[in-house]
Amino acid sequence: MSEWWTYRPEDFLMFSLRVYERLFVLHNQALWPAQLLALALGIAGVAILLMPRPVPRRTLFVLLAAAWAFVAWGFLWQRYAPINWGIRYVVPLFAFEALLLLAFGLWRGGLKLPARWHLPRALGVALVVYAVILHPLTAALFGRGLAGAEVVGLTPDPLAIATLGVAAIVHPPRAAGVLLVIPALWCLGSALTLYLLNAPGAWLPLLAVLVAVAARLLPRRYPPARRKSGSAKQNAR
Amino acid sequence: MSPRSHQLSRRTLLGGLLALAAGAAVPPLAARAAPNELLTRAAPGSGERLPLVGLGSWITFNVGNDPVLLEACTAVMAAFFADGGRLIDSSPMYGSSQATIGHGLAELDATGQVYAADKLWTSDPGGGPAQIEASRRDWGVPHFDLLQVHNLVAWEANLETLLAMREAGEVRHVGITTSHGRRHDAVEHILREAPIDFVQLTYNVVDREAEARLLPLARERGIAVIANRPFQQKRLIRRLADKPLPDWLAETGATNWAQFILKFIISHPDVTCAIPATTRVDHVRENLAAAREPLPDAALRRRMADYVAAL
Repeated sequence: MSEWWTYRPEDFLMFSLRVYERLFVLHNQALWPAQLLALALGIAGVAILLMPRPVPRRTLFVLLAAAWAFVAWGFLWQRYAPINWGIRYVVPLFAFEALLLLAFGLWRGGLKLPARWHLPRALGVALVVYAVILHPLTAALFGRGLAGAEVVGLTPDPLAIATLGVAAIVHPPRAAGVLLVIPALWCLGSALTLYLLNAPGAWLPLLAVLVAVAARLLPRRYPPARRKSGSAKQNAR
Repeated sequence: MSPRSHQLSRRTLLGGLLALAAGAAVPPLAARAAPNELLTRAAPGSGERLPLVGLGSWITFNVGNDPVLLEACTAVMAAFFADGGRLIDSSPMYGSSQATIGHGLAELDATGQVYAADKLWTSDPGGGPAQIEASRRDWGVPHFDLLQVHNLVAWEANLETLLAMREAGEVRHVGITTSHGRRHDAVEHILREAPIDFVQLTYNVVDREAEARLLPLARERGIAVIANRPFQQKRLIRRLADKPLPDWLAETGATNWAQFILKFIISHPDVTCAIPATTRVDHVRENLAAAREPLPDAALRRRMADYVAAL
């Protein structure tokens, strides 16, 4: 695009807030009662994160990968792309995130969840709890009604926030950082879109990114004896 | 009742309403001087007479496959045609807007009434014909009346494609578009050199750069002008909303800010039509009503521009 620097961000908005909000209403109508299953699976994911020794970690990553694949096809491609042609270029990123989750999650010696509680884990779990339980309620809070609720596993924002939460927790840090990039970019894009649409709650995805990055950067304290032993395996499962 | 018969019945109903409203609101063409007549202006090159207000589709008609919003857009189109509107403008860049227009045209059985203005928007000129054909299928029209190179994207090659189509009788008129006052030098060059029928550019009571060179040049070259972004995508309306309308508003023929802005644009003798976009039936009627007598003369236009500038 020529002279792209002369455009305002809102010049790139192709649709209205009314159309954007109706996407979720139609999506929910088409998928009902899948929301109940998605919520149940989301709560199961939270339960895995709350386990003192989260053994079934692979289940969590498989669930997340399946959700990224489904949202790529079921929401982005089927619903969002018709009103926003740029989304066609985002769909492969969502598919790639699904593959990353599968690869890192199923790979032996891949991503692990911490066995001990520390602030980064608490922040990560808080993000996942928000994404699963509280984010759908924001639709009602902001006057859109629960018919337009954004449910984790079915729509991109809560899925990206939940993945940020998991990425804030897991080890090793480098793989976690890779896992964090696409959901963080989505949340930043979503926050910008909502801001330009003058939608309430535009700051929520942005806050989620800040919390996830802060959690990732915070030092993780381990008992000195275990650190000396150099056994990361004792701290992370 | 089967879904098919339901659809037919709705189409029949809408068509009937359209015909009724058109009959009531729009005088026959022979009575163009009648008080309620929509004013038209002839496109300089072709002589095609177009109502001074058309219908844009950026954002407003990009509603995807939402059945509720598709029907809302169809209602806007029904009111537009009923009040005498003809030119609808879209682009493959506008998401699902073309398909929405196609939905409305099919529901209203109005493909014969519309002056279909679309755009070619691709940096790969080889893919131009395929894009145009996809657009035509979305609209559901046998051919476009006007095809424009969108925002001057790859304009040399894309304009060649359009000129070849015009030569082959596959499109009646060709043109170029720009917006936001961008690339006026390139637009001027094309106006001077290329045998185009239309130019689309941004022009309104606060965006008046086109008055200096482009509008006089378009007149000199016999090129019709479509004014886009009349309300600066609502920004201008919002900016003026809480400002007092002038005491002499009645002289302009306007009854509110939207009509004030539109009347300023379409009263420029070199502007063929303005294309405001809307999602509301009352607004489309209000917009079209701006294309009725009286229109401001040159002195009143200056007063209008000065008044807005002083706010």
